[in-house]
Amino acid sequence: MSVTNLLENWSDFRHKHPVEDVPHDPYKWAMSIDMDACTGCNACSVACYAENNLPVVGKEKYAHGQAMHWIRIERYWPEDDREFPDQGAQFLPMMCQQCEAAPCETVCPVGATNHTADGLNSQIYNRCIGSRYCSANCPFKVRYFNWYDYPTTENVWPAEMVQQLNPDITLRSKGVMEKCTFCIQRIRAGERSVKNEGRILRDGEVQTACQQVCPTNAITFGNLIDPDSKVHQKWKAQRVELDVDEQVKDKEEGGSELRGYRILEELRPYPSVMYMERVRESAI
Amino acid sequence: MKDIREDIAWAKINNDVLKSLESPRKLFWVIIICALGVFGIGVGCEVYQYSTGLGVANMDNPHVWGLYIASFIFWIGMSHSGTLLSAILHLMHADWRKPIYRFAEAMTTFSLMTAGLFVAVHLGRLWQLYYALPYPNERGIWPNFQSPLLWDAMAIFTYLSSSILFLYVGMIPDLAICRDNIHTGWRKKLYTLLSLGWEGTDRLWRNFRVTYLTIACFLIPLAVSVHSIVASDFAMSQQPGWHITSFPPYFVAGALYSGCAAIITLFIILRYVFKFEEYMTLSILKKTVRLTFAISMVWTYLNLIEYATVWYSHDEVAKAVLLQKATGPYAPFWWMMNFLGSIVPLVLAFKRFQTHIPVLLTVSLLLNVGMWLERWMIVAPTFSHGYYPWTWDHDQWPSLVQWGIVFGSFGWFTLLFMVFCKVFPSVSMYEVKEMVYHRSQATKKLEATGKMATAGKGAH
Repeated sequence: MSVTNLLENWSDFRHKHPVEDVPHDPYKWAMSIDMDACTGCNACSVACYAENNLPVVGKEKYAHGQAMHWIRIERYWPEDDREFPDQGAQFLPMMCQQCEAAPCETVCPVGATNHTADGLNSQIYNRCIGSRYCSANCPFKVRYFNWYDYPTTENVWPAEMVQQLNPDITLRSKGVMEKCTFCIQRIRAGERSVKNEGRILRDGEVQTACQQVCPTNAITFGNLIDPDSKVHQKWKAQRVELDVDEQVKDKEEGGSELRGYRILEELRPYPSVMYMERVRESAI
Repeated sequence: MKDIREDIAWAKINNDVLKSLESPRKLFWVIIICALGVFGIGVGCEVYQYSTGLGVANMDNPHVWGLYIASFIFWIGMSHSGTLLSAILHLMHADWRKPIYRFAEAMTTFSLMTAGLFVAVHLGRLWQLYYALPYPNERGIWPNFQSPLLWDAMAIFTYLSSSILFLYVGMIPDLAICRDNIHTGWRKKLYTLLSLGWEGTDRLWRNFRVTYLTIACFLIPLAVSVHSIVASDFAMSQQPGWHITSFPPYFVAGALYSGCAAIITLFIILRYVFKFEEYMTLSILKKTVRLTFAISMVWTYLNLIEYATVWYSHDEVAKAVLLQKATGPYAPFWWMMNFLGSIVPLVLAFKRFQTHIPVLLTVSLLLNVGMWLERWMIVAPTFSHGYYPWTWDHDQWPSLVQWGIVFGSFGWFTLLFMVFCKVFPSVSMYEVKEMVYHRSQATKKLEATGKMATAGKGAH
């Protein structure tokens, strides 16, 4: 960097979000969630606990808001005249949106949360000092802080459950932030195994834990760059694009036939998760 | 009103100030013991929190920042008036600052130290604090220079080190007086060491003036920038209620406000405890009170500006946060903050209260309660009513551990401050001498030209 470009070419050092000067290659992991299919059964959440060694904090801390569910099923009650069994809750599975311009990344004082080349928002537990600025700046509040030292807390994993802990996942000590990783351990293992064959991952070869257990196939996960991947086709069918801040559904007249949208898009975090609007009106 | 006597003997000034190092009133020891107790509570809470985890502070998922950050801003803010008095008023040749700037500058330094503690207390992994420092390491890992928290760390560190330097440099001639007048014990050694062989020659004085002025000029932009940067912790974020452009000046005004109020409180306490009635005169107090009143109105204005910009903007979410502050679970504190911050200072506008010690002590404490609440009302409510509806309707109340640490910080600050005043001269001897000298010269001049009667006294 010379004095000249300090004075003149500021724009050379600035990139547009999502980064266009460093394109994703060969992967851009993304998701699509069909809320019409979601029944709110919470299987995804349970699978996530099992896969990612999430601490089970117990009733008291859960009620307190200290739960560690990387994926949570949110319930919303529509404001109409119907009452409970006629009117069902609407469910929204919420996990880290792996934003392309993640608000959490810029504010971390130590750079513990970063963007990976394959479009994930990574979290380095060893680097985290626990300032919690990332969580404060996350619009979705999907970052979970280790308020206690869960691995040494009793009954976080009862004795008989210890055997089911995932050896591919590190346990997190107190004072660090954690969040959904799109099951990065599965992605990395998959990448390594296909490396021997000299190819890249095909669609469906890596599944996230939540996707795997979803009984209604509401969750689709895959490589957004791969034109044959299901997630790519779904995004395309809904005309949802990664690098715009307003989708066709909201922008164009008659676009309301489309179901795909991203949450809090107007804040321009460019999330990697597309949600598909619920269309059924029945309670369940 | 009685001001400092212009014919006061210089030896008497020395004696009076040096006496404060030896024999304060009994209240001093009462304060020290209370401060130790309060600090002890804070230490106990922190030890518990350190060993158990931050969960004991009762924070939870949306409410990740709490009283620690609020108190951090409060203490940073408190530090600003020391600089205002010592540096800005120094450049403006306001001579009434001279007897009181030393303790104000000490207040700056110690409140910054207290603020620094809150950064540490707030961290989940305090033991890894050094990751935030840009130290060279073989892995080539740097902190994230994009993060306002990092700017914060740097700004505070710079401000703290410059403040210590400023406090120390300004004290050198006085330390030499102490060295020359105290002949035994560890104090003698301490003063000898710190006075750097000061002899009071013309050359030394000239260098001293230049150095002092340079640091003063360096410190002023720093004081403004440090709180602007603290404000950008919030203004740079996306949170509704934080993402407000007017935050930097608003924070600086709030900082000067709480700092001035704290100066009034400490003025009254020091004046009594160290028997400084003759130096910390009521006419100086009156000027400080007027300054505080002016700043309180500036703050009120900026506060209303903040409400107005949120109210008339199209940012529905920020508006919802504002409404929630006024009507939600935080409403009592929010209204109290507005009352204490904008209505209570009106008392200071009345002449008869401007030198009324009990009233001023109460009001200045109330103002600081108000300013502490202001910081809390900036930090906390956005978490209970932010962008994401899932986080709404989840109230959170800080635990006793969190309150205990906040409480303890006041003990820590008082302890540092009181010990400082006992060990170092908290009234600047050489500058008081200068002040009375210049005043008597001015009086003589006036008398000589016969304008004494019309010009009045204390026109400085």
